[in-house]
Amino acid sequence: MAMARQSLLHRLPPVSVMIAFLILAVMLVLVIFAPMIAPMDPRDVSSYSLMDMEIPPAFMDGGDPRFLLGTDNQGRDLVSVILFGLRISVLIGIGAVLFAAALGVMLGLVAGYFGGVVDSVVMRIADVLVSFPTILVALLISGIARAQLGTDMVLTWAPVILIFAISVNEWVQYARTVRASTMVEVSRDYVRAAKVIGLPSGRIMVRHILPNVMSSVMVIATINLAGAILTEATLSFLGAGMPPTYPSLGTLIRIGNQFLFSGLWWIAVMPAAVLVILVLAVNVVGDYLRDRFNPKLMAR
Amino acid sequence: MTKTKPPVLDIRNLRVEYPLATGDVLVAVKDIDLVIQPGEIHALVGESGAGKTTVGNALMGLLQAPGKIVSGSIDIAGKPIDLRTGRTEGIVPGRDVGAIFQDPMTSLNPLFTVQDQLCEGMLTHLKISAREARARALDLMKAVGIPEPERRLGSYPHQLSGGQRQRVVIATALACDPQLIVADEPTTALDVSVQAQILKLIRDLADQRGVGVLLVTHNMGVVAEIADRVTIMQNGAVVESGPAREVLTAPKAPYARTLIAAVPPIDTRLERLPVPSEETKVTLEARDAVRRNNKKGNAERSDEVVLDVRNLCVEYGKGSLIPGRKTSVFKAVKSVSFNVKRGEIFGLVGESGCGKTTVANTIAGLVTQSSGDIDFQGNSLGGHRARSVRQSLQMVFQDPYSALNPRLRINNAIAEPILFYKLASNGAEARQDAKTLLETVGLPGDAGLRFAHAFSGGQRQRIAIARALGPRPSMLICDEPTSALDVSVQAQLLNLLKDLRDLAGLSMLFISHDLAVIRQMCDRIAVMKSGEIVELADTETLFTAPKHDYTRELLRLAPSLERILERERASA
Repeated sequence: MAMARQSLLHRLPPVSVMIAFLILAVMLVLVIFAPMIAPMDPRDVSSYSLMDMEIPPAFMDGGDPRFLLGTDNQGRDLVSVILFGLRISVLIGIGAVLFAAALGVMLGLVAGYFGGVVDSVVMRIADVLVSFPTILVALLISGIARAQLGTDMVLTWAPVILIFAISVNEWVQYARTVRASTMVEVSRDYVRAAKVIGLPSGRIMVRHILPNVMSSVMVIATINLAGAILTEATLSFLGAGMPPTYPSLGTLIRIGNQFLFSGLWWIAVMPAAVLVILVLAVNVVGDYLRDRFNPKLMAR
Repeated sequence: MTKTKPPVLDIRNLRVEYPLATGDVLVAVKDIDLVIQPGEIHALVGESGAGKTTVGNALMGLLQAPGKIVSGSIDIAGKPIDLRTGRTEGIVPGRDVGAIFQDPMTSLNPLFTVQDQLCEGMLTHLKISAREARARALDLMKAVGIPEPERRLGSYPHQLSGGQRQRVVIATALACDPQLIVADEPTTALDVSVQAQILKLIRDLADQRGVGVLLVTHNMGVVAEIADRVTIMQNGAVVESGPAREVLTAPKAPYARTLIAAVPPIDTRLERLPVPSEETKVTLEARDAVRRNNKKGNAERSDEVVLDVRNLCVEYGKGSLIPGRKTSVFKAVKSVSFNVKRGEIFGLVGESGCGKTTVANTIAGLVTQSSGDIDFQGNSLGGHRARSVRQSLQMVFQDPYSALNPRLRINNAIAEPILFYKLASNGAEARQDAKTLLETVGLPGDAGLRFAHAFSGGQRQRIAIARALGPRPSMLICDEPTSALDVSVQAQLLNLLKDLRDLAGLSMLFISHDLAVIRQMCDRIAVMKSGEIVELADTETLFTAPKHDYTRELLRLAPSLERILERERASA
């Protein structure tokens, strides 16, 4: 087993994984520097004009070299809206994963460490939550937020509401995994030694147990990132997510969907293609990391 | 024993290598020779990593890739093994070579009944009908001495005790009338009383059926008990080989001598076990520093009672669906009373499941007692414990591999309790203390910069002891601290613990299943059985004049080198 581990660590990742890494790196750069790279700012109404609406991509007949991937129904440059949309999608995806992981790890640690009543309460809540489909819960939450906050507030707080709506269900997976690993670690002698030394529970959980259960959390987080991005896209596509004035990839696909059968296919297909590539790359990298950090291949 | 038959096992110049990822080659077995005649038990002895298990695996064709036989020959019952495939023409593993592995819990398939288990090999190899196989299985069950063999054939492994399971494993190994049995640590996981029965069974099989046995073990007592010949291995090479009695009584090779000397004797008490001491100048200086620190709180040995346990009862209950309610209750400890005096090493001895570890856990505060009192230096230990109490009571655990946090550097792990109890004013000072403690337990001071995985089992146990000493305790609970270690490492650790007792004025509660270790370490001893103390006496009294039947039984069954030699002298 030691040898299998060594060779896995020394071997370079397969080509597909390297390509996926490269795609993610490029996307990350694009996302961070979107305002500088994008030809125009889609949020600034003065930067585009209805005159340019529905121009096909530059490589097609009737294309305009100013608009590489064409324009949408409002005359916005698709390259720019996709860059900004990608930015929002990635931001919400990462935000949701971080929030869900933080909540799940905390509850999982507490449940696994103390066991008994605490464990029962936390895990039963988790059981109830996962019996609702994620999309349903997220729709419910954004609906309630819309009704309570009013349209203006919702526009400003849409990303935060989405992050919350997506993570409400997602934390359960982290909590379950961390709880199981914690229960294993608690029975190990180093944790028992820490108890005999007299260290307080919080410190034992954070300093001793947490670092030893983190590798599985990292793996779930990478795999869930793709799921979170897709959930956000679905919500936005259904109209419960980001508004058209501040679109994510899902919103763009929804807008484009209306014109799909009028021959203006690029408005929907371009953002959809970017979404597919993003999710695929995240999944490939996530799978690789899962194998690489498989606890069974890690020496204790 | 017919001498006309070829030897059941004839190994010549066997060399097994493991290519490493770095390009180097690990030579696991270095050109060894080994011959076993029919009816002979040949013990293969050595410390972990000596290559003894690799030899067993090589001859059964069980070498794990990328390990391979590079040169040499293995003949089983006169037929040579094909070195490339690890198979022998006309020899079928399972039919001609039976295997008994260490852990009876995992070497039986949990979904097979005993009958399925026994008949599977027979039906595959012997071409007999299911009815014949069943009849044979029944005979085997009788042969290995399982009570109610008819009924037990239908049992699943979890319905059998550990000893019965190991008997079934032996029966499986015998199922197809093998000429050779490879027994890899067959009794290590068993209690002494069961061990004695299993060893007798193996001896009888060799004598009555003429089976040759390759017995892989690290236990010299077991070797003395049943082996005819013994081969001692070190780092893959044979250091000494010969008739068991000769090798055990008059070992010639220096390594063989140290190995045999490191075995703690059960019949005499030695001040120190004769192994090379780690007392360098650095160690002694560090120990002086520790002694100065500790003198303030701890007095010399005296009759003052440090720990007083009265009528301690501990119950484990299965939780029910409603949290907080318990359904069935198991009484792990039933009304145990004893006390430990200042500077004393008090031993708790008993077989697995007797409740000795539960007593230790309760005193350490890992388990709460259901009734009874524990007084520690005038404080009653119930639910909540004062900081000073926790600080004064430290513990060393059994498994060195799980006792250290894999993600913490050693000096941080040792410094943590020192800082927590404010015995050092800052991190740097605490790490300096950690360095001193590491030197005290015989490790280099810079060992603290590394992580746990860089150390061997014995070294990790030293680190665990250093960590326990950090808070300057007045009492140390040692729960089987050496049972996972090789004998020479065990001897060094036992010496170390004795030194520390004198050094830091520690009282110790020492828990072990090994009577010889207990005899070397303890001043007074309590023998536990089924959650109760059956006998409590001074070490010398207990070993020379045991009162309770159970104690006598334990002493009689413990395999012991000297006792066997003495018995032979008496009969000669």
